[in-house]
Amino acid sequence: MTAYSALLRKDLRVELRTLRSLPAMALFAITAFVIFRFGLDRERLSGELAAGVLIPTLLFAALLAINRLFVAEREEGGFDLIRLAPVDRTVLFAAKASALVVYLVVLELVAVPIFALFFLDSASGLLPLALVLLLANVGLAATGTVISTIATMSSARDLLAPLILLPLLVPLVVAAAGAGEHLLAEGGPDYGRFGTWLGLLGLYDLIFLLVGYATFDFLLDD
Amino acid sequence: MADALKSITLRRLAVGTVVVLGAGYVLAFFAAPEDADQGFIQKIFYLHVPLATVALCGWIVAAIHAIRHLRTGDPKHDARSYVSIHISVIFGLAVLLTGAIWAKGSWGVWWEWKEPTLVSFLIVFLLYATYYPLRYAIEDRDRQARYASVFAITAGAFVPLNFLAVRLAEPLIHPRTFSSTGGLPDSMLWPFLVCMAGMALLWATLVWFELDSKAASGNLKRIRRALEATA
Repeated sequence: MTAYSALLRKDLRVELRTLRSLPAMALFAITAFVIFRFGLDRERLSGELAAGVLIPTLLFAALLAINRLFVAEREEGGFDLIRLAPVDRTVLFAAKASALVVYLVVLELVAVPIFALFFLDSASGLLPLALVLLLANVGLAATGTVISTIATMSSARDLLAPLILLPLLVPLVVAAAGAGEHLLAEGGPDYGRFGTWLGLLGLYDLIFLLVGYATFDFLLDD
Repeated sequence: MADALKSITLRRLAVGTVVVLGAGYVLAFFAAPEDADQGFIQKIFYLHVPLATVALCGWIVAAIHAIRHLRTGDPKHDARSYVSIHISVIFGLAVLLTGAIWAKGSWGVWWEWKEPTLVSFLIVFLLYATYYPLRYAIEDRDRQARYASVFAITAGAFVPLNFLAVRLAEPLIHPRTFSSTGGLPDSMLWPFLVCMAGMALLWATLVWFELDSKAASGNLKRIRRALEATA
C-alpha cells in the first residue's frame, strides 16, 4: 500500500511539475470540439450525435496520455528500479492505472463543461453521464496501462498503442455512447437501458482489471 | 487413449481432413435440402459458419496456449499460440469474404452495419490483425514471446465481451445457428455438423503443418550456421 501511494504520488507530482500530458489532452479535446463544430456545421447537438462527438473525442484525448504513461520510466530507468525494489510489481500496474484515471477525470472536468457550453441546451444529463464516464475511465485505464507497457517496450512505440487500443476499446465506446445517447437526448435525460450499459461497463472494467493484474508481472520480467 | 493420440501423424490428420471435409460438402450440396427462403445461396452457410466458429475457437485456443506459455516459459506454447492466431486470422479473412457474398445474395447488400455479428467479427479481426505489428516491433525473443502471450490473453478475454457489447447495441437479423427457437432441421443439421468437424480438422492440420515448417526452417538455419562456423 505504501509502495502504491508512493508511486501514485510520484506520478501525480511529476505531472503537476512538468504538465506533460494534461494540458495537451485538454487542448486536444477542445480543438476537436471546434473541428466538429465546423465539420458538422451544427451549433446544437443532442442524442446520438452528441454522444458520438463527446465519447470518441475523450477517447482520442486519452490516447495522448496512454502513449506518454511510461515514457519517464523508459527514459529514466524507472522499470529497472521497480524490478530491484522489494515490492510486488503489480503495484506499478495499480498505481499507473490510478494515475490514468486521475488524468481522465481532470480531462473530463475540463472538456465536458466546455462541450456542454458549445453544444448542449441543458446540462441535466451531465450528472448521470459522470457515472458512465467514471466507469469507462476505469476500463480505459486498465487496458491502457497494459497496452502502453507493451508499446513502450517495443520499437514501434507511439504507433502501437492506438492501433491495438482502438479495437480493444470498442465495447467501452459502445456502452458509453449507448448510455450517453439517451442521457443527452433532446428534452432531458432518458434512462432507457441505463442499467444495461452500466452493467456492461462494469463487466469490462472487472475483466480487464483482472487480466491486467494477472499478466502485468510478465511485462516487467527481463 | 494416449497411444491412439500418438498414432496421429500430420499425414493421417491431413487425409482425415480431406475425407471429412469432402464428405461434409457432398452432404451439403446433394443430401441437404435447398433452403425454401434463400435458395441456393444458403449453401454458403456450410462454409461460412464453420469458418467463423473455428476461427473464433482458434483465438480462444491461442489464449489458452498463451496462458500455458506464461506459466511454464516454454517457447513451444508461444509458437502454438502464434500459429493458432495466424491460421485463425486467415480463416477470419475468409469469413469476412464469404459473409459479404452471403449478405449480398440474401440481404442484397455487401455489408450491414446494423448486424451485430458482422460488426463484432470485423472488430475482433481488426484487433488480431494488430498482433503482427506488435510481434515484429519487439526484437528480444523472450520479450516478444511474453508480450505476444499477454496480447493473446487480453484479446481472448475481449472476444466474448465484444460480441456481448455489440449485440446489446444493435437489433438482430443475422440467423442464429443454434438458437433455442427451432434452429436447423435435422436434414441440414447433420451436413452442417460434418462440415464443422471437417473445418476444425482443417484448422488443426494447418496449425500442425505451420508449426512443423517453422521448426524445420529453424533447424535448417541452425545447421547452416554450424556448417558455416566449421568451414
